[in-house]
Amino acid sequence: MADKYLELVNSGFTKNLAKTLGLPRPSILRRYEPGAPLVPGPVLLLGGSPQAQNISDTLLGWGLDVRRHAVGEGKIGAIILLLDEVSTPGELSEPMLAAGHALRQLAPGGRVVSISRKALATDAPALTATRSGLQGSLRSLGRELRGGATANGVVLGERVDATAPSAIAAVRFLLSGRSAYVDGQFLEVDTTDGELPANFEKPLAGKVAVVTGAARGIGAAIAATLFRDGATVVVVDVPAAGDALAKVANQVAGTALQLDITRVDAGAVIIDHALARHGKLDIVVHNAGITRDKLLANMDAARWDSVIAVNIESQLRMNETFLGAELPGLRLVSLASTSGIAGNRGQTNYAASKAGVMGMVTASAQAFAASGGGINAVAPGFIETEMTAKIPVATRTVARMLMPSLMQGGLPLDVAEAIAFLASDAAGGINGQTLRVCGQSLVGA
Amino acid sequence: MSAQSDTPAIRQAVIIGGNRIPFARSNGAYAKASNQDMFTAALDGLVARFGLQGQRIGAVAGGAVLKHSKDFNLMRECVLGSSLASDTPAYDVQMACATGMEAIGSLANKIKLGQLDSGIGGGVDTTSDAPIAVSEGLRSMLLELSRARSTSAKLKAMSKFRPSFLAPNAPGTGEPRTGLSMGDHQALTTKAWNITREAQDELALASHKNLAAAYERHFFDDLITPFAGVSKDTNLRGDSTIEKLGSLKPVFGKSLGDAATMTAGNSTPLTDGASAVLLGSEAFARENDLPMLANFVDFEAAAVDFVHGAEGLLMAPAYAVARMLKRNNLTLQDFDFYEIHEAFAGTVLSTLAAWEDEEFCKNKLGLDAPLGAIDRSKLNVTGSSLAAGHPFAATGGRLVATLAKMLHEKGSGRGLISVCAAGGQGVVAILEAR
Repeated sequence: MADKYLELVNSGFTKNLAKTLGLPRPSILRRYEPGAPLVPGPVLLLGGSPQAQNISDTLLGWGLDVRRHAVGEGKIGAIILLLDEVSTPGELSEPMLAAGHALRQLAPGGRVVSISRKALATDAPALTATRSGLQGSLRSLGRELRGGATANGVVLGERVDATAPSAIAAVRFLLSGRSAYVDGQFLEVDTTDGELPANFEKPLAGKVAVVTGAARGIGAAIAATLFRDGATVVVVDVPAAGDALAKVANQVAGTALQLDITRVDAGAVIIDHALARHGKLDIVVHNAGITRDKLLANMDAARWDSVIAVNIESQLRMNETFLGAELPGLRLVSLASTSGIAGNRGQTNYAASKAGVMGMVTASAQAFAASGGGINAVAPGFIETEMTAKIPVATRTVARMLMPSLMQGGLPLDVAEAIAFLASDAAGGINGQTLRVCGQSLVGA
Repeated sequence: MSAQSDTPAIRQAVIIGGNRIPFARSNGAYAKASNQDMFTAALDGLVARFGLQGQRIGAVAGGAVLKHSKDFNLMRECVLGSSLASDTPAYDVQMACATGMEAIGSLANKIKLGQLDSGIGGGVDTTSDAPIAVSEGLRSMLLELSRARSTSAKLKAMSKFRPSFLAPNAPGTGEPRTGLSMGDHQALTTKAWNITREAQDELALASHKNLAAAYERHFFDDLITPFAGVSKDTNLRGDSTIEKLGSLKPVFGKSLGDAATMTAGNSTPLTDGASAVLLGSEAFARENDLPMLANFVDFEAAAVDFVHGAEGLLMAPAYAVARMLKRNNLTLQDFDFYEIHEAFAGTVLSTLAAWEDEEFCKNKLGLDAPLGAIDRSKLNVTGSSLAAGHPFAATGGRLVATLAKMLHEKGSGRGLISVCAAGGQGVVAILEAR
């Protein structure tokens, strides 16, 4: 499961050998640890927006060392490009070049985060060209970064400014180690909904969360991460996976619910369990999923239908039940996949289900917002799991090293971090979105 | 504090839920698992189901019929290896196949008396990982050797060694006082009550069909946690037919010749498995947001003289039920479910026949009228030991959890449990729906 190459080029004698030979050297990513600094150095805040002072104050409030101009030779931890007011392509020049000038000082695991506005078809062509252009430029910048640094952006909707709770929360998520494997992505904040946590280390304190498919892999990592962030977790998996599920439940001090989510009453069983045993239901993570790969020419109905039934039909059915129950503020996060974006040979069934998930969250956003909640998806790229460990070594090496800017596969934890963020109240202004956790893979870029 | 009666208030002991691992036929899927492995798994599954991680439970009680001498503190060792708080006390109970019932019943009593707020009762058995003892000759020699001080005394002790000492002693299901196996004992009873081969095969078939149907409707989703890659009882034959069962040759009571009726199909096979049941006071359940499936109302033990042939080895529950009904002012027909442990189909049918028999009820039970017949559609409705298997000490926990859930689903009524045991003993119990 572990990426041996990543270990070899980062330690001991083989590290020097790799350097001498000029081999590609993926970095060990900076991942979140409670109590660790938010960023590995001072933050350089660029851009002339009227919101600059407010953003600066917020960053100072987090204990960060904020600089408005590049100074000295020392390392910097992050560059924030506050570009919500740019309106012509020419205006991109100054801040982008200033960022470029500071890039050599960016520490390993550093961050570039842009804050800009949504490019709309209804705006003036020059304005939309500017906003679209910035995104293209930032994605390219992401591909130039080394040392596990990433470039991502927060995109503000029409009636939202940079100090909206979810905009602030998204900036913090993208600066922190929680977004280690998120690269080249944009988080869209469409409303001023959302509430920042009293304690950023326990953003899910007091929440009751249900995670399906939690017996192993990404699901088990999600359960552990939600627990770490303060939630009470109900772990769900098929009865046949009950022994592994019990172990996960006992690790996160939660309750195990053995349930086949394709049952027509699955949603009701989940609600009953959560309410009876934990008093409420705040978060549902639709993680359960299966693959039954086969070229379409060789595909049989059993393979096709089981993937559709587990990966998308069950979620649609459960969501109807959740909506009907009118659970206040219920936040859902569903697992999509980059296969659903780029397509993947042998996965016509799986891609139908996973692209389906992205369609589902788009079309369900309004309904969940009506009861104060929301629904989003996370699309993982190549993640190191028991499942992907079975991929032939050549294919696996291409997927993990050549495709992503970060030159490595992600960990289940990286997916879990994105889910924990989207499940939190702080992400209340983010709805109907799909966030990729793919290390900026070329697949589906 | 003043003007209180001498009798302390008796509170309810409620069954919160249960967990077992699937039962597996002997020397099969669990061949390499120990009693400790299996009961710890059952315990951890229960902890996971009810979110008891790190909690101190009042007591964990249970045991195993076949036990290694090293497992003198089996339950406590299981607790220490589980996710429960390590300051949870635990003790071993041993009453042959009624071990689980005795453990659970005694915990219920302690809860009713206010001595405990919560308890976990159950049991475990393996006939695959059974203890094998050295021969008596070798044991005597080794003990003498350990007592010997001088070299000559040691040599003298060792000189007593004989090659025959190496033959191991494996445990059997034979009764020490009669030398008859349990099946051969039951064969006598089965014949005495004129139980036909067909009736036994029909009961066995119903057990398999009922257990399969219960799995089908997800009944066991919150009663079983898989273990060692097994997620369903391996003895279950949902596709069995009366013809298949009818084709099997008798294996017990062969001395009866053509009158032998007990086959491998209508007798339980040797099985490995473990079960655990969580009980508590109403306050404990409420404070922890835990379900209350049923009240543990009462239980009763009985024993019969099978040694001198006065009664069949496995008929004690017939006596225990009569006493328990009287104490609770109930008739045999006042139940919505009957869980009568299927050690052998003949055991269940002999017991039912005895309750219907005027002479037996008058002479043996001392009743004016027979206890009467039961509605057979209420008997073992989610299958019993003939289909699930019977890891001796684990059967009580299976029965209590299953019946409690059935009663809770129905929402009213009561259920009767009857378990026979080696040594001519038996334990029966009453549960009441919540």
